Order: sequence, then C-alpha cells, then structure tokens
Amino acid sequence: MSAPLPPPAGASRPVRRIDRRLIPVLPFIAVFLLFAIVALFAPWLAPQNPYSQDLLGRLRPPGDVVRGTAYLLGTDELGRDLLSRVIYGARVSMLVATLSVVVSLVIGVALGMLAALFRGAIEILIMRIVDVFLSIPPILLAIITVAVLGPGLINVVLVLALTRWPRYARVAFGQTLSLVNQPYVRFARHIGNSTPRLLWRHILPNIVGPITVVATLEFGLMVLFEAGLSFLGLGVQPPMASWGSTLNVGRNYVATAWWIALFPGLCLFLLILSVNLIGDYLRDRLDPTSKR
Amino acid sequence: MSGFLVKRTVQSLVTLFGVVTLVFFIQRLTGDPVLLMVPEGATDADIEALRRSLGFDRPVWAQYLDYLGGVLQLDFGQSIARNTDVLSVIAVRLPYTLLLAAGALLVALGIGVPLGVFMAVKRGTLAARAAMAVVLTGQSLPTFWSGILLILLFAVTLGWLPSSGARGASSLIMPSVALGLLSMATFARVARTSVLDQLGRDYIRTARAKGVPMRRIVSRHLLRNSSIPVITVAALEIANLIAGAVIVETVFAWPGIGQLAIQSINARDFPVVQAIVLLVAFAFILLNLIADILYSVVDPRIRLDGSGT
Repeated sequence: MSAPLPPPAGASRPVRRIDRRLIPVLPFIAVFLLFAIVALFAPWLAPQNPYSQDLLGRLRPPGDVVRGTAYLLGTDELGRDLLSRVIYGARVSMLVATLSVVVSLVIGVALGMLAALFRGAIEILIMRIVDVFLSIPPILLAIITVAVLGPGLINVVLVLALTRWPRYARVAFGQTLSLVNQPYVRFARHIGNSTPRLLWRHILPNIVGPITVVATLEFGLMVLFEAGLSFLGLGVQPPMASWGSTLNVGRNYVATAWWIALFPGLCLFLLILSVNLIGDYLRDRLDPTSKR
Repeated sequence: MSGFLVKRTVQSLVTLFGVVTLVFFIQRLTGDPVLLMVPEGATDADIEALRRSLGFDRPVWAQYLDYLGGVLQLDFGQSIARNTDVLSVIAVRLPYTLLLAAGALLVALGIGVPLGVFMAVKRGTLAARAAMAVVLTGQSLPTFWSGILLILLFAVTLGWLPSSGARGASSLIMPSVALGLLSMATFARVARTSVLDQLGRDYIRTARAKGVPMRRIVSRHLLRNSSIPVITVAALEIANLIAGAVIVETVFAWPGIGQLAIQSINARDFPVVQAIVLLVAFAFILLNLIADILYSVVDPRIRLDGSGT
C-alpha cells in the first residue's frame, strides 16, 4: 500500500460554497420532502380512516363539523374524510413513481450500457426497439398496455416500468459510447475485468449524473401518469385513495363540491412542480451537455 | 440533400413497421387476446366463437402477417362493439380531435411565443422572472386538473361557457386552453432560447448601434431569425397535443378519438384502441420527419451528414 499522494504544488483546496442557483430551489426541495414524509407516515398523520364512510356526512365543505368530528378539507361523495384521502393519495403517488422509476431505470441503463459496449447486432436490436417505443406518445403507450394488463396499483407500476425504460436506455447508451474508447476503460478491459465489473465499477459511476437528471424528470412524469391513468379509471382502483381517481370524482361533483377536485389537484401540481424544478436544477448542475 | 431525405425516410419506415409490431404484440401480453374482447359473463362457447371469427385460432405468425397486411391497406379490422369497420368509427371522431389540437396549438403559440420573446428581451428583470413563473406553472399543471378548474370558474361560477360537450365554438375554448397550457411552456422556452441566441449576434448590435428602436429590431429581425426552432417544435407539439387530447377530451366530454379510446377500453373494443394508438404514432413519426426536413431545408448545415456541424 502506498501513501496517498500529496496534492500537487499550486493546487488550492476548492472553496465549498452553496451554489447560488440552489437557493430558489430550496423551498421546492422542502415541498418534495414534505410529501415524502406525508407518504411514509400517512397512517399516523391522517386524522381519520380514509376508507370509513359516513353517508349522512356526504359532500360536507371544508371545516365542517359532523357530530363532533371536524373535516378540515371536507368530505367526499361517500362521506369519507378528504384530508385523510389526500394524505393516503400521497402514498400512492410516491410509491408508484418510485417503483416505476427504479424498475425502468435498471432495465434501461443496463440495456443502454450493453448496447454501447458490444455495438454491432446487439446495439441495432436494442436501439431500434428504443426508437420504436419512443415514437409512440407515452400516455397512449401506457393506456394501451394497461388496457391489456388491466388496472390496479401493481399493473400501473408494471406498465410504467415496461414503457419508460427506453428513455434511460438512450441516455445510458450515448453516455457509455462516449466512455468506451477512453484509455482508462480500454485499459480496464485489457487487464481482464469482466463485463459486469467493467460496467459497474468503471462506466456506471461516470454516467450517474445524466441518469439522475432523467430519473428526476421521469419521477414527475410518473406521478402525472399514475394520476392520469387513475383519473381515466385505468389506474389505482377504488376504494384506494389516489389523487387521480379523487379528481375524477371531483369532476363529477364540480358544481356542488368544488373541494373534492381542488385539494388533490393542488397536491399533484405542487409535487410535480417541485420535482420539475429540482430536475431543472440538477440538469444545470450535473449534465455537461445541457445548456440553457 | 436527397441522401439525407432518403435515409430519414427509410428510418421512419423502419420505425413505423416496429410500431405496428409492438402494438400487435402488446395485445398478447397476457397470452390470450380474445379475453380482452369478450363481454363480461361470456360463456366458453361464446369465447370460442369469437376466437374463430376474429381469426385468433390460427398461428400467431399468420395473424401477425394478416395484421401487417391489413394495416398497409389502412384496414384496422372490425369494431367489436359497433359492428362496423374501425376506420369509419375513427373517421367520425377524428375531426373533433384535430379541431381541439388546432385550438390548443393556437393557445400555445399565441401565449407561449410572445412570453418567450418577452423573457429573452427583458432578461433579468422582475417581469421576466414573473413570466418564467407562469411558464413553470403551465408546465406542471396536469391538464385534468386545470380543466376542472376552468370548468369551476367559467362554467359553474361565472356561467360564461358550457362545461362539456361540443355545441358550437364556445365549447371549444376551455378544452383548448387546458390542453394548450402545457405546450405553451414548451414554446415559451424554445422562443426564449432562440431569441437569446440571436440577441448576441453582430447584426443585432449593428442595428442597435444604428439607432433602430428595439421594437423594430424585434419585429423585423429577431422574430424572423428565431422562428425556425419554433416552427420545428410546433410540428412535434401537434403530435403531443393529439396524444394529450385523450385526457382533456375525457374531462370535457369532447367527442374526439381520445374519448373514443377510453370508451372503447371500457367497452372492451380493443381493435379501436389499437388503431387509435397506431394512427397517433404514425402522425408522430410523420411530423418528426417533417420537422427534420424543415430543419434541413432552412439550415443547410444539417443535411450533409444528418448530424449537424
């Protein structure tokens, strides 16, 4: 073992400063964390059981008190506490988005790296499939797949994972391609590193930045897609509380009970907005190819 | 030029073929496509009869070749729920979706482009930042929520516009706005980047040095030279708008192909869903091709090798 090299003469320690561009994003990071906490601790935070109905307390406006119970955000068409349903809805959104991002990221990054490493027939096969997937508008691809598989939480995750991996594959492919001919990668290959080790130890750490940017923006999109599918009745099924399916109920009661549509939509908007802004910030920071 | 054109066209055709193949095989994800199409509570005999009448009892490769051949002749099969051919079912609805997409494009361009130009010209000012906030909001608004909010405000509270359906021009306004807001953000960003890019050029400096007023610089020089990216993005956005219409049409009960797609899923009329996805994907690929060609016509540097300089 050799001692670590001393820093070269003249090299000063980098000054650690808070990036100025980070400051306007901080509130949105806080919003995102808030939703994450709400999702994690939903059973402790929700004031009521989100499934318990009270048919005599239907469609009560926000702040109404029914037989001693206060409904901060009002009740829905079955007399369920809207606040509790919105809190549990955060859980569904976060869960579906996290799972589908993780699964599609793993599939896409692996395929993209393999295509760039082996080139030839493997590249043509994988990247043409990517082209085909990316040439169908994503929401339609999700709708037709869910139409075959059927609705439900697990199927929504499955559909999103199956249809969203190409975007990661394309980024991973491009990034890996720019690395495979670098001397250090050729050397690592030459001295006999196995393919998985080469990809995991030498290539993956160097493409994490752009992949993170895509994953963040995809997270927002997945939240939107889950809500969209549930709104159309193709996603999470009742009685499970999803912001999308609650919005669909709200659409039907818009003339009499505006709150049913207002609050879940507001949460959805705030979550997507904060994820998008965090993604924009990360892109400026991490992705060397982007410029504004 | 022609080499680039031929290469891109062939590429598009290969992708088209891939899309048809993908859509055909998605149908088989669960193994038995017939179960997608039988009404609930059908007997085994009913299922077998449907299987035979739709040709699903034959080998998969024969079905695939048949399907491919059908699509080549724009024959998408028979609608199960409506007993007519799929194409004529869609043909009735398509004009509504195109109308909605056109309205949304008008909203998106009409608000997005001036907003983008404004953000670039007034860069760094408070007003420009406020405009950016509008753009970011538009970009993150789910259409099904903004649609409901519009209904709440303009139909329920103010009573100015009809809340749903397609009765006259006034019922087109809200769906167009809800759908257009999303693309508005895209156009504003593209217009901003494009104008910023031009603002640094020598000809603008020359014009300013000559004392040409800013308003004239914008209208005579800037807009023309920065319109190219906006036009190409517009070609791509049309396809996105048609796809986005699926959700907006459901919010406003607008009788286009989006609403048809959802109704067909609920009616287990899978051939119609399939055809709608294929048609929108075709439009998407075609518009992509058009955008590329437009770009290469306007900017000759792109043609030579297809990758730009």
